[in-house]
Amino acid sequence: MSIVNSKLSIVNSQLSIKVTGLTKSYGKEKVVAVDNVSFEVNAGEIFGLIGPDGAGKTTLIRMLTTLLVANSGTATVDGMDVVKDYKKIRGSIGYMPGRFSLYQDMTVEENLNLFATVFNTSIEKNYYLIKDIYSQIEPFKDRRAGKLSGGMKQKLALSCALIHKPSVLFLDEPTTGVDPVSRKEFWGMLKNLKHQGITILVSTPYMDEANLCDRIALINMGKILKIDTPQNIINDFGKILWSVQSNNLPKLITDLRMNKHVLSCFAFGAAHHVTIGNENFSMKELESYLTEKGHKGILIEKAQPNIEDCFMDFGMENSNK
Amino acid sequence: MKQFGTFVMKEFHHIFRDRRTMLILLGMPIIQIILFGFAITTEVKNANIAICDPSKDIATERIIERIKASEHFNVTTILNNPDKITALFREGKTSMVICFSERFNENLLHSGNAQVQLIADAADPNTATTLTNYASAIIGSFQQDLMTQINIPFVISTETKFLYNPQMKGAYNFVPGVLGMILMLICAMMTSIAIVREKEMGTMEVLLVSPMKPILIILAKLVPYFILSFTNLITVLLLSVFVLGVPVAGSLFWLIMVSMLFIFVSLALGLMVSNITETQMAAMLISGMAFMMPVMLLSGMMFPIENMPVPLQWLSNIIPAKWYIIAVKNLMIKGTPVSSVIPEIVILSVMVLALLAISLKMFKNRLE
Repeated sequence: MSIVNSKLSIVNSQLSIKVTGLTKSYGKEKVVAVDNVSFEVNAGEIFGLIGPDGAGKTTLIRMLTTLLVANSGTATVDGMDVVKDYKKIRGSIGYMPGRFSLYQDMTVEENLNLFATVFNTSIEKNYYLIKDIYSQIEPFKDRRAGKLSGGMKQKLALSCALIHKPSVLFLDEPTTGVDPVSRKEFWGMLKNLKHQGITILVSTPYMDEANLCDRIALINMGKILKIDTPQNIINDFGKILWSVQSNNLPKLITDLRMNKHVLSCFAFGAAHHVTIGNENFSMKELESYLTEKGHKGILIEKAQPNIEDCFMDFGMENSNK
Repeated sequence: MKQFGTFVMKEFHHIFRDRRTMLILLGMPIIQIILFGFAITTEVKNANIAICDPSKDIATERIIERIKASEHFNVTTILNNPDKITALFREGKTSMVICFSERFNENLLHSGNAQVQLIADAADPNTATTLTNYASAIIGSFQQDLMTQINIPFVISTETKFLYNPQMKGAYNFVPGVLGMILMLICAMMTSIAIVREKEMGTMEVLLVSPMKPILIILAKLVPYFILSFTNLITVLLLSVFVLGVPVAGSLFWLIMVSMLFIFVSLALGLMVSNITETQMAAMLISGMAFMMPVMLLSGMMFPIENMPVPLQWLSNIIPAKWYIIAVKNLMIKGTPVSSVIPEIVILSVMVLALLAISLKMFKNRLE
């Protein structure tokens, strides 16, 4: 019994964020933004909230950063309650909102200095933490923040959120509106921060970024669809995924969806991803069905499922329920 | 404390880097004082008038001399009979006609009752009243001189004397009003906009998730606007003394103290607006509509409160600028001691405490 208890306590001490039944609704109509959400984030991991716009990611992050109070449910960050101990939490976490929220009329250095002072520290003291990131924008330190490019703004915002060496870092859609190169760079920085022992909770609407997280929660319409490592989620896809192409993609999607054996069909770049509900229905049959419909250049092959396919699949399962 | 200092510096950065706003903040008082002092005035100078003088005798001649000598009038036409008066007004170039009766001097000497009619173009009632007042005063003074000359003992004459502002200068009236308006505008409007800007830009969200007390952030915002308002107060006082020639008749110390009290009231108002609005536009509209308009219309700055309908008079009581303007009129223009404005000081103090209590109570430590 005592062994179990001590084991439990070890597990608990490694928990960075614990969310239990968190619910939040807005306005008189009680529009539910976050619906009975529970999850746990281990210390030192990169945890991704993956979901489309309006899924409830920002509301969830704002509740965890003590900016909003939930209607019901509880949450702790580093063991502190987000409502009762909000003052303590505010001193120990880092937060980067979805929108660029620094002073545009102040220079890069002034912004960083301001945030260092706000958190009772100095740039010199924690320079090692932001060095990799800040050194890239340091040549522009006398430039006003409003005049920076999107990628540079984001690096500055991350530096400001990190300057006090937070134990947990909350990033709300940090890569939205940032070019692909800067996005890749940014995720590299997050990996480095993880090695410094900082827990990172990051939200993103980009499914391809999910693979870069240690664990992810797929979230839609305020509900969590699935929590696991990206690889496990993909492995759990459980169906055979087919990539179907033809010369007329818009017509192809309607024709595929009309076929009663097709379980799901979503556009995916230059092809459509299709799952089949009937095991006895072969791809030969599908091909002849499509030829009958007048398609040419039909190409059907097996496809490797990715997070987006899983997300669509879970979303459909949920709406069918 | 270091945090607070850094934040005050940051606010100064915001103000100084926005050149246009700073120009407005520092230039507005100067422009307003000069506008109100010189251009917008109730005094009438060089009004075009006509005189209808059918009698052409020594008495009318002497009155006309005096009228011509007055800086208020510019006599453009002399008529011989009253028939053309209507035509003259229709031309629209004449504001008033002074029309003497026939045999003016004869009547004056024999029956002691000579008539003169003042016909004014009341399309602009204020000018009309002012002009007839000027003319009556000139005729009255002539009458008085005449009576002392021939020494009739039973003469009853009314004497009008303007206290505190013997020349009836418009500037005397406007300085307290402009002071009230500028301080209200800068403190309430600019402060509320500055705070709401942080909400709108999202910076408040980041600042809230920091160990800094939100109330310190807000207080740091008030400091620069307090200093700016104080600069404006000094500018307005210097301009009114040295440019408009309005003296500070009473205690300068108390005038500044009362002004600082009013600045606090306005800052507290701005703080309250920032609590209830989410966008800079809303903050500006509320400050503009709910504060500026009443200050101009209901504070007694432009229209006398005594002439308002009773409900509006009640409403005027909750306008801080009303009490401030009364206090400034007493302290600055009448030169009464500070004991005469104790009621105003008490009212303003109560207002500042109430507003601060409400704003602090309403202040949100979170986003909603």
